[in-house]
Amino acid sequence: MKHPELAEKFIKDKERTTWHDETLWWVRQKRDMAAFQLPEWELLRETASRIKNNVLSNLHEYLLAFEAKAIENGVLVHWAADAQEHNEIVLSLLKAANANALIKSKSMLTEECHLNEFLATNGIDVVDTDLGERIVQLRNEAPSHIVLPAIHLKKEDVGETFHQHLGTEKGNKDPQYLTEAARQHLREKFVTRKVAITGVNFAIAETGEFVVCTNEGNADMGAHLADVHIACMGFEKIIPQRKHLGVFLRLLARSATGQPITTYSSHFKKPRPGQQMHLVIVDNGRSRQLGRPEFRNSLKCIRCGACINTCPVYRRSGGHSYHNAVSGPIGAILAPNLDMAKNADLPFASTLCGSCSNVCPVKIDIHDQLYKWRQVLVKEGHAPLSKTVSMRAMTFTLSHPGVFNFAGKVGRKVMQAAPFMVNNGLNLWYKQREMPAPPEESFREWYSKNRNGESN
Amino acid sequence: MESRTKILEAIAQNQPQLTPLPNLTDLAFIDFDPLEKFRTILTSIGGQVIEVKNLGEIEQYIQAEFPDPMRVISTLPALSPVAETDWLEQDPHVLENVDLCILEADFGVAENGSVWLTEAHMGQRVAPFITQCLGIVLQADRLVPTMHHAYERIGAADYPFGMFLAGPSKTADIEQSLVLGAHGSRSLLLFLVEA
Repeated sequence: MKHPELAEKFIKDKERTTWHDETLWWVRQKRDMAAFQLPEWELLRETASRIKNNVLSNLHEYLLAFEAKAIENGVLVHWAADAQEHNEIVLSLLKAANANALIKSKSMLTEECHLNEFLATNGIDVVDTDLGERIVQLRNEAPSHIVLPAIHLKKEDVGETFHQHLGTEKGNKDPQYLTEAARQHLREKFVTRKVAITGVNFAIAETGEFVVCTNEGNADMGAHLADVHIACMGFEKIIPQRKHLGVFLRLLARSATGQPITTYSSHFKKPRPGQQMHLVIVDNGRSRQLGRPEFRNSLKCIRCGACINTCPVYRRSGGHSYHNAVSGPIGAILAPNLDMAKNADLPFASTLCGSCSNVCPVKIDIHDQLYKWRQVLVKEGHAPLSKTVSMRAMTFTLSHPGVFNFAGKVGRKVMQAAPFMVNNGLNLWYKQREMPAPPEESFREWYSKNRNGESN
Repeated sequence: MESRTKILEAIAQNQPQLTPLPNLTDLAFIDFDPLEKFRTILTSIGGQVIEVKNLGEIEQYIQAEFPDPMRVISTLPALSPVAETDWLEQDPHVLENVDLCILEADFGVAENGSVWLTEAHMGQRVAPFITQCLGIVLQADRLVPTMHHAYERIGAADYPFGMFLAGPSKTADIEQSLVLGAHGSRSLLLFLVEA
């Protein structure tokens, strides 16, 4: 199903849609309050953007430097060209460790690679440890937001899910109670699992260390107890030097949730004595995106979710309507690179209002890219049929003035005499809207009358 | 090996022309008193600031608030009368029943209420996470205003593991309701030692 159909399903529940809309807007407001406290905010964004521009322009050297340092630090580095290879590497590491179970903290990359499904079919039990991710995992759903994975759910839903899977009291929907239940349930997993997977927020070329940011402490609980730690990263997570973290850690949490910093910003440099630390560096289409001048800026993303929270379309259509691991505006410019045919609908799921670009901490021109993807998708023949047909009719009409005048007249008469011709389910613009009253005459008619009147 | 070469070659071919790195001077605008800011921010993110004159007062606090049979561990030898200090070589899993862990932080960051700890301060990496309650000892004169100053102070230090820690663990994954005590420590006591 495409974005319009999935969004239509989501907005059937009006009350929930309004709640979703307002809740995400509140997160956006918290971001504003945090940002406005720093007079240097815009300078920070500009600096972050320029650091990331430099990263993209020197990635080859930075990756080599990072790899060399990481190896020197005792980390085992693997390279994966695509999702399949990434998943195979993780599976082979599990087999080598003789493990058939693991715990995993949040990693959008592993979502992008569909690692959980792959491991499940290979008999590996995966437990997601971020609370939101655990909730959606128990419900057999995908995260609907990169920072707030279960934002599409109400506490009643979580209460019911935990009642079924964790044996909490029926009907109890108190967040404190439910979080405590998850804490107890996951502690047992932390203490018994031998392999932990984490994502990576930043990887430092200068030192070979990588930084993982969480509020819950789940990445650390997993990694510091496990015998084997596997960290998975897209190669664009590189930043040049340690001091650049100062810029990004100031921006990340403020942009994401309005916090001054996440509770834990963990700098992993070397494995614990006796522990194995693996790093899987993944391409999966990123090098292709790097080669598209108009779209490569999307690789600057630090996954804060600010563009998602502010997007009027996301807020009213929900994350699942984007049918991609990363939803919202940033997801809509990343997804066509992964699969153009499958994700051709996503760049059209936007009003191009530009709010996403305005809040982006690394100044990605998100709404411009949405617009540019539309051109590419239409040229490559991936535009939705309804758009192609109507665009062709439009082109014909606009290039023939006689037809244009005639069509306008007919349109006005039809809407006056037979409004049901447009006020029906076949007209996409009529959904959830009233059509405006048609004008008595066209501007052209009005102008020719009034111009004559004046000159006389 | 093949994928590595393939990926790196594709990147070398596709990366744009080199652009310079920006300099990081003048990024911090400081119109606040660091100590005041640190206290306010840490409290607002769920931490509890306890001002003490010396370690002796911390010892008294532990005796009163964490009496036997609660398990208290610390890396500070001075707290050995009230805390275990011989756990550094233990299997990290046996720390699961720790009620209070007290560690000393290297320094604090005023703008976000965080403290910087390296593995040497933690004793064991999992200690500040697995404990039910975390106590951090910070000398009041060891504060920097912003993260830029923090990384200047860290410099080229070589640590196997380090972290900025800001308040107790938390989540808002259920309907955006803030709950303290997700997987890490449920509370954070920051013992601010008078300089």
